[in-house]
Amino acid sequence: MELRRDVFQAIADPTRRAIITLVALQAMTPSAIAENFGSSRQTISKHIQILTACEILEQEYNGREIYYHLNPKKLKDIADFIEPFRNMWDDRFNKLETIMKEYQSKH
Amino acid sequence: MERKTRVHAEEGKQELHITREFDLPVELLFKAYVDPEIVSQWMGTKVLKLESRQHGGWRFETSDPHGNIVFQSNGVIHEFIPNQKITRTFEMENTPFAVQLEFLDFEKLTDDTSRLQMHIVFKSVAYRDQLLQLPFVQGINMAHNRLQEIVIQLK
Repeated sequence: MELRRDVFQAIADPTRRAIITLVALQAMTPSAIAENFGSSRQTISKHIQILTACEILEQEYNGREIYYHLNPKKLKDIADFIEPFRNMWDDRFNKLETIMKEYQSKH
Repeated sequence: MERKTRVHAEEGKQELHITREFDLPVELLFKAYVDPEIVSQWMGTKVLKLESRQHGGWRFETSDPHGNIVFQSNGVIHEFIPNQKITRTFEMENTPFAVQLEFLDFEKLTDDTSRLQMHIVFKSVAYRDQLLQLPFVQGINMAHNRLQEIVIQLK
């Protein structure tokens, strides 16, 4: 439970969320990740450390380079993955209701 | 009355249930599924074909704000009972997703309220779970696009 709360803290930070979106597309080295940000490499490295500690990012070695990739299983846990889907339908149905109420008042 | 949309996806099952109660007579709720103009408004999609009858077919096409087609879907209608029931298939074109089967039940609650229950059956549990994650993945990609725009502005 303690770890779970930490995971949510980890993704509460906008820079860390940005790192997640970058790495979601492809595995990246720390320097490749850092190139996308104005902050120092040290700052970015710290963020990567936190994301790795929460198991959102995983390390893999390719020769001498370390690559970080997303742990989809963890991400699925975090996303409470039904919620965005539910929201999508809720938005649609709200729209449906509004449109039909207007229709009702005109007919 | 609880009007929020409920989604029930039991772990390890290849189906899901979507339930919603509406502040609308069931006839109007049903009309929102049958009238192509109205469907296009709330689904945010272009309706290329909508034959609301048994053995009928449907086809939708969604474009981004620049007019590029981003999403096409189609299916056939198996059962069509006005104000009660639509059974249809749903297929996303040009994607690895397998066709899914949808049972839509429309129910009158009072003269002014109604309930819709969607029961969707997938080819496998994995397909269901992937579909559930789509809005989240799209959200991530959108966030990524925004990030790219910001990064480009910084350069």
